Amino acid sequence: MSVRRLHSEQPSEFAFTSENLAFAKQQIAKYPPNRQASAIIALLWQAQEQVGGWLPEPAIRYVADMLAMPYMRALEVATFYTMFNLSPVGKYFVQLCGTTPCWLRGAEALKSVCRKKIGAEKQMTEDGQFSWQEVECLGACVNAPMVQINNDFYEDLTAESFEAILIALQEGKEVKPGPQNARHASEPAHTPVTTTATPTTPTTANTSTPTNTNNGENRTI
Amino acid sequence: MSALLKVKIDGVEIEVAHGTTILQACEAVGAEIPRFCYHERLSVAGNCRMCLVAVAGIPKPVASCAVPVVADMEIDTKSADVQSMRKGVMEFLLINHPLDCPVCDQGGECDLQDQALGYGHEVSRFGDNKRAVEEKYMGPLVKTIMTRCIHCTRCVRFATEVAGVPEIGTIGRGEDMEITTYLEASLASELSGNVIDLCPVGALTAKPYAFMARPWELTKTETIDVMDAVGSNIRVDTRDGKVMRILPRNHDEINEEWLSDKSRFVFDGLHCQRLDTPYIRKNGKLQPTNWETVFTSMAVKIKAQQTKASKTGENNGANSKIAAIAGDLACAESMFALQGLMAQLASPHLDCRQDGAKLPSDMRSDYLFNTTIAGIEQADALLIIGANPRKEAAVLNARIRKRWLQGNFPIGLIGTDTDLTYPVTHLGNGLESLLDVIVGEHKFAKILQQARRPMLILGQTALTVPTVHSAALELARTMNMLQDDWNGFNILHNAAARVAGLDLNFLPAAGGRDVEGILQGCESGDIEIVFLLGADELAMQRLEKAFIIYIGSHGDAGAQAADIILPAAAYTEKSAIYVNTEGRVQMTQRALFPPGEAREDWKIFRALSAILGQPLPYDTLDGLRAAMFQQVPHFAQLDEISPAPHPTLSATSKAPTSKAPTAKAGQASHFKQAYDDFYLTTPIARASATMGACSRQSTQREIMQNQTEKGTGTDG
Repeated sequence: MSVRRLHSEQPSEFAFTSENLAFAKQQIAKYPPNRQASAIIALLWQAQEQVGGWLPEPAIRYVADMLAMPYMRALEVATFYTMFNLSPVGKYFVQLCGTTPCWLRGAEALKSVCRKKIGAEKQMTEDGQFSWQEVECLGACVNAPMVQINNDFYEDLTAESFEAILIALQEGKEVKPGPQNARHASEPAHTPVTTTATPTTPTTANTSTPTNTNNGENRTI
Repeated sequence: MSALLKVKIDGVEIEVAHGTTILQACEAVGAEIPRFCYHERLSVAGNCRMCLVAVAGIPKPVASCAVPVVADMEIDTKSADVQSMRKGVMEFLLINHPLDCPVCDQGGECDLQDQALGYGHEVSRFGDNKRAVEEKYMGPLVKTIMTRCIHCTRCVRFATEVAGVPEIGTIGRGEDMEITTYLEASLASELSGNVIDLCPVGALTAKPYAFMARPWELTKTETIDVMDAVGSNIRVDTRDGKVMRILPRNHDEINEEWLSDKSRFVFDGLHCQRLDTPYIRKNGKLQPTNWETVFTSMAVKIKAQQTKASKTGENNGANSKIAAIAGDLACAESMFALQGLMAQLASPHLDCRQDGAKLPSDMRSDYLFNTTIAGIEQADALLIIGANPRKEAAVLNARIRKRWLQGNFPIGLIGTDTDLTYPVTHLGNGLESLLDVIVGEHKFAKILQQARRPMLILGQTALTVPTVHSAALELARTMNMLQDDWNGFNILHNAAARVAGLDLNFLPAAGGRDVEGILQGCESGDIEIVFLLGADELAMQRLEKAFIIYIGSHGDAGAQAADIILPAAAYTEKSAIYVNTEGRVQMTQRALFPPGEAREDWKIFRALSAILGQPLPYDTLDGLRAAMFQQVPHFAQLDEISPAPHPTLSATSKAPTSKAPTAKAGQASHFKQAYDDFYLTTPIARASATMGACSRQSTQREIMQNQTEKGTGTDG
């Protein structure tokens, strides 16, 4: 991670659309009176969604005003959480997991694909279609290596399958989120090696500690 | 809970109250705990980890600043374990701290430097590159070298809690955490300089003091500030006959340990625009001369006037054509001497209320901040009338905010509605709103009635409306502000000289003219000679026809209009008595000598009286003080507030309580702001380049704010 700054070019103003305004009011209503500041993350996120994946400075001020917070407090939140992007991202924003499990399973190869197909990290392609960024663990280690593109996970990637996804997105074709190999979810990739037989129901006779299975009914006092 | 807890610290048993932190308990037995982020006047952050101690039964080290003691705790602050913990913390702090002490302004008074010496390793084991952080702009007063920052967040907590301007914050996280203001704007606070004192390292230092001196080269003089009427305790640091910086001194009952920016950074004004030699106006131009010449020509002028007047029988009483006005920075001694001189000239025309505030002086409590500054913390409701404490007494305003933070403190405001750093209920703009509250027509009246210790603060601009003082007194009476052990009636002064002037009764004597009368007299020719004792905030063009003798330290408006200028000492150049708005008597000390030919004011009046043939009856400062103490005995009691009985409602000045008669008068009674520009209120501040820069900055900010407010109006 490196120092994150507000983008050098900012739009002049920001305002929620009417749907987002309704959403904001609903979020604020979740909290007791005078505790509306608790809604800050939800509102900043909604602002980021509305702008198209990044958070401009006027949006931070807008949300701070709405929640009656000092601008500085809102900026602190926006710069603390890395899920808030402070500079524009591509239409397809690739977040590539580089944490240990993914790295062991070949995240470096995916990174090379990003560099080849998209360019330098945190730089948008000229057509504004793509940008990528390495992130910390996204919590899908069992399907490593993986990337997140906008709101979807693409898992069990290889350099080839990942490149294919990027090409498909570029050409406007539909791509299937989730594991990119034969897996359906996080089941074993090959033949199961554990829990191969149907488990037998334990009986009182072969249980060493009766208190565990009988809910303590037979416990002697 | 009142029961005491018994704890053992390094084998010493001590009983402490519930809620005491381990750090406070350790301090009570004299065990030294190093710390960076902890500050007793700020909230506890617990993020520097320097105050770690070992507690028996707790496996991990404990941050002593953030953990309250529990009964029978055994705390260890000296063992080898604790020492190695501190060494470890210190090593981590120093990993990213530059080794630039030789070029750092904090050097010599740096907490990190001292504690690294006391608790750190001898050598660094860190061989990699250190972190570097970009400089942040924080305005014309605070210089930042953010690479030195250790993220104690004292400045963030000060700005948010004490100053009430939550503009400093931490952006980023972890190693990339940085302290900054929002978009690197300058701090919009009158107390911003205090973050420099709070910063335990050299990250925030004073811009005007940058590379000026080392702390051990400075001569330190403990004295009193006169930029407002709070009487903050200060230390003036000088070197080679120049003031290098001004720092606050702790005084729990006045300024705690804070100081307003104006008081702290005004010092460059002490060396600019100084009157260092007498001047006399010849052919319409002021020309430098010597004391002998000015004294002779003054004596000639005054004697000629008196001979002429005695022929026509106008040489004394109300007919006298000589007048004197004392300005906002005049000390008690100089006013006493000038008063003596005026008595000898048989003139009743003297006034110390330059701004025209209608302050009575028969009862001392009529014009004092009776609740006292520390007493604000006991109040439970406040009504501010025609005052802006944030601008007129920034440190006192921090005390109001401190009380407000404790909760249950409704604050009402009559006057211009501005941001006072705490929310107020705006009740109206002028006298009519005040009368509404008296008759109980306002919601806020009910709040005041129900309060046990209500208080009001009456500002100087409101007092220019004649009936306001008696109306406020009436309010104090009806709202139970005057109790046996509570006096909630407060006048907020903004001039350091004012209370001493009123104590001395430096006011029109029988048949005398007040400031307005003197100005009118000058226009009509009834007043021919005017002494201005550092009075610069007058409409000088109205004085044009009169012969003006200006006694003061700076070439400001008064000096420009003068016919004779007598150069005098500034507040850092004399030992003098000032009385603050509470009525607390304090004495300044001389930190350096007046420049050139300038002399202490009282000596000038003493010399003039001798030349006029009737020397004032004292030759030394001690002699003058002895005479003054006879007239005003409580001046002898330094740092004390002599008890003043409650103000009384005199039958003659009964306040109008019904709305009808004041409906007409009320129309023109919108209380104005005492001043638009916080930074340029005194002649010394107007001579200061630093204050000029601050003033420009704040003006720009106001323009910007007005534009954005008009422009968008984003309120969701």
